[in-house]
Amino acid sequence: MKIAVCVKQVPDTWAEKKLRDDDSTLDREAADGVMNELDEYAVEEALRLAEANGGEVVVVTMGPERAAETVRKALSMGADAGVHLVDDSLHGSDALATSYALAEVLAARNFDLVIFGSESTDARMSVVPAMVAERLGLPQVTFAQKVDVDGSKVAIQRQTEYGYDDVEAELPAVVSVVEKINEPRYPSFKGIMAAKKKPVETLTVADAGLDAAKLGATAAWTKVASFAARPPKAAGTVVTDEGDGGAKIATYLTEQKFV
Amino acid sequence: MPSLLLSRRDVEFLLYEWLPTQKLLGSDAYGDLDRETVDDLLDLAERLATDKFANHNHRNDVEEPTFDGNTVTVNEAVAPALAAYYEAGFGGLSMSAEVGGIEMPSVISQVIGMWFSAANVATSGYSFLTRANANLLMAYGTPEQIERWVPPMIEGRYLGTMCLSEPQAGSSLSDITTRAELQPDGTYRIRGNKMWISGGDHDLSDNIVHLVLARVPGAPAGVKGISLFIVPKKRDDGSSNDVSLAGLNHKMGQRGLTNCLLNFGENDGSVGYLVGEENNGLAYMFHMMNEARIGVGSAAVAQGYAGYLHALDYAKTRPQGRPVGAKDPNAPMVPIIEHADVRRMLLASKAYVEGGLALELYCGLLVDELESGDDPESTNLLLEILTPIAKSWPSQWCLAANDHAIQVYGGYGYTREYPVEQMWRDNRLNAIHEGTHGIQALDLLGRKVTMNSGAALSVLAQRMQATIERAKGAGGSPAMHAEALTSRLKRMLEVTAALWADRNVESALADATTYLEAVGHVVVAWLWLDVELAATGDEDFYAGKRLAAEYFFTRELPKVDSMFDVLAAQDNLYVNLDEAVF
Repeated sequence: MKIAVCVKQVPDTWAEKKLRDDDSTLDREAADGVMNELDEYAVEEALRLAEANGGEVVVVTMGPERAAETVRKALSMGADAGVHLVDDSLHGSDALATSYALAEVLAARNFDLVIFGSESTDARMSVVPAMVAERLGLPQVTFAQKVDVDGSKVAIQRQTEYGYDDVEAELPAVVSVVEKINEPRYPSFKGIMAAKKKPVETLTVADAGLDAAKLGATAAWTKVASFAARPPKAAGTVVTDEGDGGAKIATYLTEQKFV
Repeated sequence: MPSLLLSRRDVEFLLYEWLPTQKLLGSDAYGDLDRETVDDLLDLAERLATDKFANHNHRNDVEEPTFDGNTVTVNEAVAPALAAYYEAGFGGLSMSAEVGGIEMPSVISQVIGMWFSAANVATSGYSFLTRANANLLMAYGTPEQIERWVPPMIEGRYLGTMCLSEPQAGSSLSDITTRAELQPDGTYRIRGNKMWISGGDHDLSDNIVHLVLARVPGAPAGVKGISLFIVPKKRDDGSSNDVSLAGLNHKMGQRGLTNCLLNFGENDGSVGYLVGEENNGLAYMFHMMNEARIGVGSAAVAQGYAGYLHALDYAKTRPQGRPVGAKDPNAPMVPIIEHADVRRMLLASKAYVEGGLALELYCGLLVDELESGDDPESTNLLLEILTPIAKSWPSQWCLAANDHAIQVYGGYGYTREYPVEQMWRDNRLNAIHEGTHGIQALDLLGRKVTMNSGAALSVLAQRMQATIERAKGAGGSPAMHAEALTSRLKRMLEVTAALWADRNVESALADATTYLEAVGHVVVAWLWLDVELAATGDEDFYAGKRLAAEYFFTRELPKVDSMFDVLAAQDNLYVNLDEAVF
């Protein structure tokens, strides 16, 4: 079985995120880059499936040069090979453009299963897995808290607000996972050393046969008109309880449209 | 969120902008190891330390190991932490790949170890003792002993200890009485009691490999009659090797690491296997002492560093009081970092912990340069003379940083709901074990400054002088600091010569601890000057380095003057006094 796992380098979860003044995109240089947390679960699940069923795990990313760190991390966890799509013209791509680029890269490599984390911590849209599935014409089984592959089928437990749904699809398919699914392994020293020798294919937009006009900030379907820094925290409202504290708090919550 | 355990930025600055670690990584000895790989390893160490070790540091403190008369039980979070550590491969740090180890520079292993020490010194203690044990066997064990005992210790299936002290013989190892009798099959039977054995018993591993100092019949008196033995807790068939736990010691800190009184051979005798030759045991043990003592110093830095970072974080977020010049009592309170006295404590702590880190990494690199450097003889001399300082200085001054951290937290710092008091208690051990502060002082003044007719002291002085010359050339603050260091270096050499002028050992060593502390401050001032010369950038980080150097030269280094005055007076105050005065 050939499994692709798509990973994204995002700013450190705890870092203060900033937008760039010049083009209103996320300033990726302002913070350390880390593998998107949910993608670690995706890598772990891919590795477990490959270990259980046999096969190969290829980690795929799209991002600036230093996103190679994230590919390396996935390789040090145990993935077999990497594909890194890196090109200045990708900068500022929205979810639609990202899904276009990833789908083209994936389509050219004939995977049986494509696994994503269900969202990234920088954009938090949760749409790229579905968009990629649509572009590839593959079934999408998303928000998986459990994944089983049996022959030509993938069966998942799809996490819902009320529990989970059992969903099945024919392979090839696209799966996205939630953090409940597993506990990602740590890399090991041997894994880190082995990662240095694993193949990583670095692709430009041209290499991948992509249409640059469909990529980048200029092709994005949304524009940032303006932005401002978050205002400093204002003084809070003090409610003095004179026997009517409850009513005052209820009024406050109503005014603020919390209730 | 930046870690509150250690500063990765500081570590990388010291390794790559100050020290020539990059050169070491490019050498033949570490062909596959490059900066990128080391970065990945440090990432892994930081993450494991944070996720698996720091997570139960407090629990380790409040839920001490228990002994029900048969079994020792340690906190349930310890075993998974150690499992993760060994799965990652850290059990074989800086050990030969032939036995499953990770060949890497000592200085990098040291940094990796510091992450774990800062996160949880008790849990990491099990693995550090095991590594020390395995390292010793690698150096002096037979091929069969290495094959039998080392791989399981690298994998964490066995954990190890060092059994030196006895109830009646702590620092004075010449007085140990544990006996070892040769048997017809070539093994020995060990009988005796060993005290203060960290990791001496627990339920964490399949076996415990004790390295035990003992005397064979007819051995010469004193330290030249001590032999070293491997004594496992269990024999090959899984039965008891007659090593029993007499009791757990209840410590001030590092409570998650069991500390034991062990009885060897109360029944049929504990089977022991001789390491090396009879009567050479202490030499084997002490051969590893430089690294062990640098390891203790590093752990002290790690505890101090974590305390400093916690205090800094707290001071930035804790509003309390108003500026001294504020007139309006209704004005908003300010974070306590705005108060001069809090800044004083933070700056002092910064100078101690960052200076301590520089000292430890400098020494760690010397260990590597023994193998790979251009001048191994000078390197060895320098390492010899710096080792007691590398052990003691952080044990004293990074502990002072922990003390400041409690003070910065105020009343909260004194409660067990906040972490800084535990850090102080955990760190307090470091001035005691692996040779007390007083033992280090005797080692420095009694052995190291006099060895090879003062050759080690000369190398140290030359290195300091080289930094002084560079600092003079740089002008500005470094040049002023160079001037201040020049006079103290001169004084240090004069006082050293004066103490040994009449070759009276008792008189020379009477105030050895004051000497240790004074020389320690001179050495760290030298390193701060050297660091200052490397900290030329415009970023706040470099400004912070320069300011800490300024603090050290204006507030700390002058303290040595009164110490050298006391030493120069040679009044023999402690030698001559009558005990009745107490």
